[in-house]
Formats: sequence, structure tokens, C-alpha cells
Amino acid sequence: MAKRSAPEVNAGSMADIAFLLLIFFLVTTDIATDSGLSRKLPPWEPPTDVPVIIKEKNIFALTLNSKNEILLTSGGDSEIVPLNELKDQAVKFLDNGGGKDKDVCKRCKGEKNPESSDNFQKAVISLANDRLTDYKTYIAVQNEILAAYNVIRNREFKKDYPSSEMNFVQATEMYQDPSTELKVRESLKEKLETIKEIVPQKFSEAETKRN
Amino acid sequence: MSKFKKKKDGGLPPISTASLPDIVFMLLFFFMVATVIKEDNLIIQNKLPKANQIEKLDKKKPISYIYIGKPSANYIDTYGTEDRIQLNDKLQSVEQVQAFIAAERAALAEELVPTLTVSLKVDKDAKMGVLTDVKQELRKTNALKINYTTKKGDALDN
Repeated sequence: MAKRSAPEVNAGSMADIAFLLLIFFLVTTDIATDSGLSRKLPPWEPPTDVPVIIKEKNIFALTLNSKNEILLTSGGDSEIVPLNELKDQAVKFLDNGGGKDKDVCKRCKGEKNPESSDNFQKAVISLANDRLTDYKTYIAVQNEILAAYNVIRNREFKKDYPSSEMNFVQATEMYQDPSTELKVRESLKEKLETIKEIVPQKFSEAETKRN
Repeated sequence: MSKFKKKKDGGLPPISTASLPDIVFMLLFFFMVATVIKEDNLIIQNKLPKANQIEKLDKKKPISYIYIGKPSANYIDTYGTEDRIQLNDKLQSVEQVQAFIAAERAALAEELVPTLTVSLKVDKDAKMGVLTDVKQELRKTNALKINYTTKKGDALDN
């Protein structure tokens, strides 16, 4: 009997099958957007009997109302500030360096106004919001405050570690990148911690007032 | 009969589609690799706001998602138009946030529990009220690492 070769499989419909799968994945895909503003909440504690006393000049108090206006109270004055000026105002406040004697701030490059913050350690930014404030305004304010801290941290990082040729934000990114070598990450961590200690994020959020 | 017969000029030859499956498969593999199947089926509107001081969340560390927003158009009749909280696949009340975090923690290996980050995916048009309540609940249950998940962009033109 003559040997018959196996008939060839028709591959013409392969493309159709592949297209079907492709379209399925196209539809279900949701390219991950898992990035955002990382914050840490204060622990839940019973109200302390000893109130912490902070000098008024060291507080940069922001209040958001239900109409999404930003009220800034700092150094005894209150004014409504537009969102786009907030970052500069916050940098000016943090960098003021009005402290004397033991509170003196060697790193601050600001105006040394005695009515504004003493140094990085003492300066506190507080944020209060109304229950009817829009989330987008709240996020924008959070973003601007973090940006102000990053401006100063970047400057100090560059000053302290000029050899690394990057700033604080870039160093943080590199530290969080899993492909960075372990050795590099450890040295970065040390540098980042030092800068975080020099310029701490003293950013408190008061509980929302109920009306 | 000449050996070198002139080829018949029959117009354009048909385009070969033999490599089409290969191309499609390549695309398919790209999407298969890049795909993250949606964690939750959203019943609320969830347009994230924009910010630029953002950090990437480490996917290796455990993340729990809490969604806040108005019910989307299909569900307005059932759930109304107030901001609601979605945990997993259901709309829940504020009191259930603690139970949700406890359940998420129970599913983790013990050493990973302190690294649990709560990703707050809040609609940009939501009001702060519900979010504030959720934050209080998170503080009570000691889930302090949070992340306001946002898109990358300029926060000033939200």
C-alpha cells in the first residue's frame, strides 16, 4: 500500500482565533495606575491631657472651606491664597529661619523674619478641611505642600551629597526601584534618612470640623 | 517552444497574509503580559485626580483598595447620588471598613501585616466628608500607611 502523507492542517483560521484573544485582552486591560501621594495617618490615641504647645509663628495653618477656598493663617495674618501661590508661600515659610540662639537655622536661606518659622524642625504645616470640600482641591493642596517639602529636601540633598548628582526625589525613586542594586539602595537609604531628619515633614491634619 | 518563456504579467501578486497570525500573536502576548485583570468591578464613579509629587506603590507589598465616589449612572436608582464606599465588590457603610481591613490582614502572612498599604481611590468630585470618616476608621484599626492614588499630571488643573 502506498504511504500517504498526513494532510496539512489548515492554519488559515489561526489569525481569527488570535484576534479573538487579542480583543479579549484589549478589553479587559487596565494598565495599572498605582501611584499616588503616600501619607501616614497619626495613630488613634485617646486625647492627651497635656496639650502640645507650639508657638504661633511656627504654624502655617491652612483651612479649606466648602467653597474650595484656601485660608492661610501664618504669623498672625489670615488671607485667602490662590492654589498656584501656595507652594511658594509654603517654601518661604519653611525656609524662613527666624530662630535665635539655640533655635538658629544654619541651613535656612529665607528672610529670617522673626514673625515666621524658627527652623525646619519647628515649622509645622497644619491642614484642616470642611466635610464639603472637594477631594480634588484637597489633593491639590496636599500635592503643593509635599512639593514645597520636596523643594527644600532636594536642595539639602544636593548640598550634602553633590557627588551623587541627583536630588532627593530622584534618589527616592532610585531607592524604590527594585532593579537598583542592594548595596546602592542601602547607601541611598542612609542619605535619605539623614535628609528626612534634617527637614522633617511636620504636616498635621486636624480632624474635620462638623457643623 | 523556448525554454525562457516570458513570464505572464498577471497584474499585482496577492499580498501574502501568512505572517498575519505571527503579528497578531505578538500583539496578543504584549497585552497578555501588560494586563492586570481589574481587581474590582466598580459600581461607583472613579475618576482619579491628578498630582505630580507621586510615588509608585510597591506591588510586592500588600495593598488594599478602598473606593469612594458617587454611584455610577446605572446604579443611581438603587443607591442614590450620595458618595459611597466600595469595598471589594459591594457598597458598604463606614463601620465596615474596620472589618474589611481585618479580613485583608487575615489573608496575609504575619510578617507582611505591618507593610499593608491602603490605597484610597477617591473620585475627584467626591466630597471630603466620607473620606474623613474612612480615615478615622483606618486610624482606629491602626492601618496608618495610606496612599491617595492619583494620576500623573499637574495638580493645578484638576
